[in-house]
Amino acid sequence: MKLIGMISIFWLFIVLVYGTSDFSAWGDPESPCNLHVSNYYIEHAMSDTSVPNIVTAILADYRGFDTMFETAVIFSAGIACFFLLRRPKYDAPEAVVFRHIQTGITLRIEKGGRLPKESDEFERIDTQWVPYDLVIQVTSRILVPFIQLFALYVVAHGHHSPGGGFQGGVIFGAAIILFAVSNTLRKTTHRVSEKRSAVLCAIGVLIYAGTGVCCLLAGGNFLDYSALSGLLGVDPVTARSHGIMMVEMGVGLAVTMVMIWIYYNLSSAGKQHEGL
Amino acid sequence: MDDMIAIILSKYNYWTVITLMMIGLYAMIVKNNLIKKIIGMNIFQTSIILFYVSMGMKKDATIPILEHHPGMQEHVYHAADYINPLPHVLMLTAIVVSVATLGVALSLALKVYDQYGTLEEDEINAKIRKASVKS
Repeated sequence: MKLIGMISIFWLFIVLVYGTSDFSAWGDPESPCNLHVSNYYIEHAMSDTSVPNIVTAILADYRGFDTMFETAVIFSAGIACFFLLRRPKYDAPEAVVFRHIQTGITLRIEKGGRLPKESDEFERIDTQWVPYDLVIQVTSRILVPFIQLFALYVVAHGHHSPGGGFQGGVIFGAAIILFAVSNTLRKTTHRVSEKRSAVLCAIGVLIYAGTGVCCLLAGGNFLDYSALSGLLGVDPVTARSHGIMMVEMGVGLAVTMVMIWIYYNLSSAGKQHEGL
Repeated sequence: MDDMIAIILSKYNYWTVITLMMIGLYAMIVKNNLIKKIIGMNIFQTSIILFYVSMGMKKDATIPILEHHPGMQEHVYHAADYINPLPHVLMLTAIVVSVATLGVALSLALKVYDQYGTLEEDEINAKIRKASVKS
């Protein structure tokens, strides 16, 4: 099996390398993919949308439909992970064990008892318990807000520099995942619950589609942001720039929450009360 | 000799991409472990992303962010000055989709592990055959 695979892949390699002899040279400005529509984008992006970052302009405006369904795809990926992994039934254990960190006294709380509020003084001892680590916790606590701030910057500055909804969303999600890795999943779900992440993810997709519907209601085509100029009180070109901003925020929200949602389900195999 | 070097310099990006692609395909076909297959799929996707981005390259051009400052309203932009932004857009969304497919693939692998207690393909096949013989 190994040999057959090796031979067939080597053969395919030879065929593909032979095929590159017809490809245009690397960096050739006259190659077929660098002609046609992309030249229009470069020459007209500024006068059409007043967005200097052509990638953002194409992503959210010229190819707005593509990006909208892309957002729908990642939303459905989150839903797929949820339906594959989530275990709806939660069997409450007989007793839960908590330890008071300062004194080392361990409390055994029977079923139906009142659990202590989440704080730094008590920690729950179960199969997922890991020893307290000062360096990791303090480092992540210092890093997380700055990563989140940077993510917001990347989303908001996508018009003028590399960035946008997808990238900023992933960075924001990574910040929360860092928090979940360095602390416990239970602590994270207290802050961003699974329900909230799912609802916000859907809202992100809805913001995108809703912007398109707003354009329809204002008398333009679907996702033609220049129709919003009356609503926003600016000229059509600036309205397109603002429309791109709205859409990017929707994308950012959806991507952030899908990352968190998939992480919750994957890391705990669907049992979110335990988790990492 | 000079011709040879010219050919290598104008094509080596494609060859790099094909090499990466074959590594990924090899992992997907030959490897026995499902997680290794998923990693192979990711390497394959990365090679496609590299392929698209390298296609958008233009000689003596800069990144696709237009030069702009006050007083440039009447400026005319030339397509030859900026690299092709279209492959970048396509790959931007492809990266996010690859993350999403990775998540779904990993959750399927988790489900398979729950069912059969292993991620080795031959062991899973043996267990499936055993179960079908019994029933």
